[in-house]
Amino acid sequence: MDLDLLLDGLSWALLLIGSAFAIVGGIGLLRMPDVYTRMHAASLTDTMAPMCILGGLMIQGGFTLVSAKLVIILLFLLFTSPVAAHALSAAALAQGHKPLLARPDGGMELKEVDMPLTEDAEPGK
Amino acid sequence: MVHAAGLGLSMYILWLLLSGHYVALLLSLGAISCAFIVWIMHRMDTIDHESFPLHMTPRGLGYFPWLVWEIVKSNWSVAKIILSPGLPISPTMVTVKATQRTDVGRVTYANSITLTPGTLSVHMEGDEIVVHGITRDGAESLKDGDMDRRVSRLEGFVR
Repeated sequence: MDLDLLLDGLSWALLLIGSAFAIVGGIGLLRMPDVYTRMHAASLTDTMAPMCILGGLMIQGGFTLVSAKLVIILLFLLFTSPVAAHALSAAALAQGHKPLLARPDGGMELKEVDMPLTEDAEPGK
Repeated sequence: MVHAAGLGLSMYILWLLLSGHYVALLLSLGAISCAFIVWIMHRMDTIDHESFPLHMTPRGLGYFPWLVWEIVKSNWSVAKIILSPGLPISPTMVTVKATQRTDVGRVTYANSITLTPGTLSVHMEGDEIVVHGITRDGAESLKDGDMDRRVSRLEGFVR
C-alpha cells in the first residue's frame, strides 16, 4: 500500500463527506418550517461542507501555495459566515418575523419575542 | 508598536502567500504597500489590541481545534434531525450570559455560538446573548457555560 493511494482515498472521502453535508443542508433548507430553523440547516453548508471539501482539496494540493490559499479561504469563510448569519437573523427579528417556538406540550406555535432594540439598531435611523 | 509590527508582518506574509512571485521588484512593492497601510492605520489610530488581537493568538491555537470538534459533533446531530422523517425539532430561545470582559471576547463567543450548527445568536444586549436553538436540549446545553468559560480563558485574564 503506497502513500499516494492512501492520501487520494482520504481526500476523496473528505470530498464526498463534504458534498453529502452540503446536500443534507439543502434538504434541511426545504424541510424546515420557518426562517430561523432554516438558518440552522443552512449552517451545515456553511461549516462542515467547506471544512471537508477544502480539506480534501488541500490533500490533493499537497504542501504548496495552492493549499496555503485554501487555508486562507477556509479561515475567511469561518470568520465571516457567522457574522452574516447573525445579521440575517437580527434583521428578520427586527422586521417582526415571529419565530416558531416549541410549547411545553410538544407542539409548536408562532411567538412574539420581546426584543428591545438598541438605539443604533432602530429601523429607519 | 508591537501591534503595528505584528500587523505589518502578518500582512506581508499574507501578501507573499497570495502572490507567489518572488522577484526583487515585486517583493519590494509588496513591502511598500504593507508599510503604507500600517502608516494609514496608525494615522487613523485604529491599531490596538482590538483590531489586531495579538494577545489571543497563542491561546486561540488551543481553542480552535476544540471549536472545530464541537462543530463536527453538532453538524452530525443537526444532519440526523434533518434526515429523520418526523423532523424532531423543538425550537427554543434562551438568554445566555457572556462573562467575557472585552468586546473582542464577546464577539468571539457569539460567533462561536453561531458557527456551531443548531444554535444561532440572534441578539446581544450588554452581556446577554439571545440564542435561538433548533432543539430545546441544544439550547439549554449552552447554559452550563463550557464554551463561555473557554472563550473567557482565551481572553487571558487571570481568574
